[in-house]
Amino acid sequence: MSKFTKKKSGELPPVSTASLPDIVFMLLFFFMTVTVMKDSSLLVQNELPFADQIQKLDKKDRVIYIYAGKPSERYQSTYGTSAKIQLNDKLVDVSAVAPYILQERSKKRQELQDLLTTALKVDADTNMGLISDIKQELRKVNALKINYTTRQGDSFRNLQ
Amino acid sequence: MAKRTIPEVNAGSMADIAFLLLIFFLVTTTIETDAGLDRKLPPNEPPEDNVVIKEKNIFTVVVNKNNQLLVEDQLTELKDLRAAAVAFLDNGGGVGDEACNWCQGARDPESSDNPDKAIISLQNDRETSYSTYIAVQNELVAAYNELRNRESNKIFNMDFTEMDRLYKDPKTDSALKDDLRPKIERIQKMFPQKLSEAEPKSN
Repeated sequence: MSKFTKKKSGELPPVSTASLPDIVFMLLFFFMTVTVMKDSSLLVQNELPFADQIQKLDKKDRVIYIYAGKPSERYQSTYGTSAKIQLNDKLVDVSAVAPYILQERSKKRQELQDLLTTALKVDADTNMGLISDIKQELRKVNALKINYTTRQGDSFRNLQ
Repeated sequence: MAKRTIPEVNAGSMADIAFLLLIFFLVTTTIETDAGLDRKLPPNEPPEDNVVIKEKNIFTVVVNKNNQLLVEDQLTELKDLRAAAVAFLDNGGGVGDEACNWCQGARDPESSDNPDKAIISLQNDRETSYSTYIAVQNELVAAYNELRNRESNKIFNMDFTEMDRLYKDPKTDSALKDDLRPKIERIQKMFPQKLSEAEPKSN
């Protein structure tokens, strides 16, 4: 009879960790593919407003970014607290927008040059005067397609 | 010489290396907000002369420096703006050549003739805050989208915004795009977006 009774060992068998690298690699590849490297660090506060009638932006190589807002706290001692425009890594004056657009446009491939969109990433707490000035500059260089980049959300949250 | 067996490489530390990389990418990832309101600026040309637009075909929205809205000379809350814009665009008060047979509005002779003639004029102050401006823009675009979706659902059984999204998506194949283009153009012709922005007042 003792032939059929299984010997019971009190210990649980250890969990195999052989598949752990596979799981980690899977996660790794996911993050590697979704990662977008930032190409410029922000010098301005950039709390975007909310909107819900939004359209997705074009491919990245067809977009020129313009940032605007109050300088971040650590730069306020140098640049003051009034809203500024950031192009690439510099805070500039409104008059620098038009040359910047022309320069960026000439960098793009010929067939894309007419399809460019200018994305305005402007802090919600900015006066319209600055944005109107930017728009006038953009009109001068015929960069007429613009996109006010916003966050997805109810627009009434802007008023709070 | 005796054949030596190559010892197996210990792969136990592979997980550690992968974790290291994983944590690096986790930290550097920023999910970008790449969506917003598309707008088109008017070209920098002198305006055409002698264009006469009837007062009743213009829907004026003024935002002052205290972020208050004046719609058609009346102080209005933002939440009422969308309905007011829809009522104006959808009015269809024209007769004869200017009639609008797809409009479902009140047909008030004092309001717009048809959507093609209706112009929304937006004026803001230099001290208006950007977030209010975006909220107003959003409501006006929403009014257009609401009307376009209504017509699009009636004719094609599909939302206009959905068609537009598919059309702009680079992953959509070209056959579907060719199919969508005339549909989108047809709806856009029924309710063209005529949103004019006056240069801001400075005071």
